[in-house]
Amino acid sequence: MKFSGFKVIKEALTGHKGWTPLWRDPEPQSAYDIIIVGGGGHGLATAFYLAKTFGQARIAVLEKGWLGSGNIGRNTTIIRSNYLLPGNEPFYEFSMKLWEKLEQETNFNSMVSQRGIINLIHTDAQRDAYRRRGNAMRFAGADSVLLSREELREKVPFLNYDNARFPIKGGLMQPRAGTARHDGVAWGYARGADMRGVDIIQNCEVTGFKIEAGKVLGVETSRGFIGAKKVGVAVAGSSSRVMSMAGMRLPIESHVLQAFVSEGLKPTIPGVITFGAGHFYISQSDKGGLVFGGDIDGYNSYAQRGNLPVIEDVLEGGMALMPMIGRARLLRGWGGVMDMSMDGSPIIDRTGIEGLYFNGGWCYGGFKATPASGYAFAHLLATDRPHDTARAYRLDRFAKGYVIDERGAGAQPNLH
Amino acid sequence: MLIPHPLLGLRDAQEFTYLGDANLMNRPDPNAPNAEAMFCDYVFLRDNPAGVHRELWYHEQGDRSWLVVTRNTVTHEILGAELASDVALAHREGSK
Ligand SMILES: Cc1cc2nc3c(=O)[nH]c(=O)nc-3n(C[C@H](O)[C@H](O)[C@H](O)COP(=O)(O)OP(=O)(O)OC[C@H]3O[C@@H](n4cnc5c(N)ncnc54)[C@H](O)[C@@H]3O)c2cc1C
Repeated sequence: MKFSGFKVIKEALTGHKGWTPLWRDPEPQSAYDIIIVGGGGHGLATAFYLAKTFGQARIAVLEKGWLGSGNIGRNTTIIRSNYLLPGNEPFYEFSMKLWEKLEQETNFNSMVSQRGIINLIHTDAQRDAYRRRGNAMRFAGADSVLLSREELREKVPFLNYDNARFPIKGGLMQPRAGTARHDGVAWGYARGADMRGVDIIQNCEVTGFKIEAGKVLGVETSRGFIGAKKVGVAVAGSSSRVMSMAGMRLPIESHVLQAFVSEGLKPTIPGVITFGAGHFYISQSDKGGLVFGGDIDGYNSYAQRGNLPVIEDVLEGGMALMPMIGRARLLRGWGGVMDMSMDGSPIIDRTGIEGLYFNGGWCYGGFKATPASGYAFAHLLATDRPHDTARAYRLDRFAKGYVIDERGAGAQPNLH
Repeated sequence: MLIPHPLLGLRDAQEFTYLGDANLMNRPDPNAPNAEAMFCDYVFLRDNPAGVHRELWYHEQGDRSWLVVTRNTVTHEILGAELASDVALAHREGSK
């Protein structure tokens, strides 16, 4: 089924009876060339680019639950490329460029909306740091604008500029950043991959790897053994669990991050605003809900739900920044389990086992990476060479001293 | 979450800061021939289990003691807490 304006009008006039499922629900075959474990954003994007760009045949995505049940459907949908370090920024800017053509590429409305992101500045030192970051972004071809307090006030007049502890002195803006409909991204990639012959197999949990003489031969699943020449694992918060079945220990801890949404309101917040000092960030969805969050809870967790103290902390941050949201009612809150890495940066690499590839360590920022992560992982799986922008995301960077630590926090995942 | 502090009774987890896996108490021998590789594993690699996890919490807003808390990472249920110094002592006695 192809989407077009004409089709939408036709269906509107004929009672919406002509829409068909967006992807098949196939039985697993006995073997594939490439198996992707994990039907989240990254796994689906990998399958899509493998089929579309790298022309690989016989691909399957194995998902233990239903498609979109992981973090791809739980995040706060922010996309941006405002990183500092050379190992990161070109990758995220590559991702931003893929976002900009995503909907044409997948013929699916993923509601990519470049409404801009503003990181708030409270001190002179922070302004210097953001000026440096803004320049680093421009080196990688991204856009950045340093806003004065007055320029900021014109864009977002409703902030509390004179908070005693964190007075607002300006902001670093990336106008091309924004938001995208998170599950629309998963659906778009899933449909695009399925149209190109990829088998997306839901309710199929990988329970083990078949490895002989240092080479992977396939995966054990809840629906039986499936053979494969190559296996790419992209299971986000479950990375340690899945890779332990291949005998690997990872530089990763799983942590829970919460997010919240208010009742729907008239348009009031133009883009994304982050208040790092107060552990708070916010945007407004197209439906009108205020979507916001803050820090991770900070202890190892696989619970997909957090605790009350962090909810309180996030809401206090919100009230300090924009007292007007105190009038809005909180509709929902939820949590997702993230793969926090030891330097806060991701991993896209081969493993010590031939034919087994790993993609993970995305922390709380992997949604924006979805297109580039999929593309780079597909590149690695198809060519056995890292994509140019993902060269630094090696597993051995920890042993070799090439960590990519944006926060400068060291091997302490809950501080990244 | 409430942490059953062995000396102070049930305390709000908010009074604590979290460090991570209690294996961090077992520093490798810096004089061992493979010390470099062992320290690399010690600093960077974690078991990260889904289920029972022994972990270090520091009572920063309290008596400044380090605790080894046993907690289920799937349910957040706290199964016990010991003074880290007691755990270290017992470990030393055991390896004599
Ligand atoms: C509350 C919250 C807010 C966030 N906000 C943002 C944001 O604003 N911007 C941003 O860039 N990032 C954000 N993130 C991070 C982002 O959502 C994740 O980094 C990203 O979605 C992870 O990649 P994924 O989509 O592939 O993961 P997932 O969707 O979690 O996919 C992994 C899949 O693997 C499956 N799986 C696990 N084990 C197995 C197995 N054994 N067999 C088969 N399948 C298995 C899981 O069921 C899951 O579907 C946020 C995360 C959370 C939780």
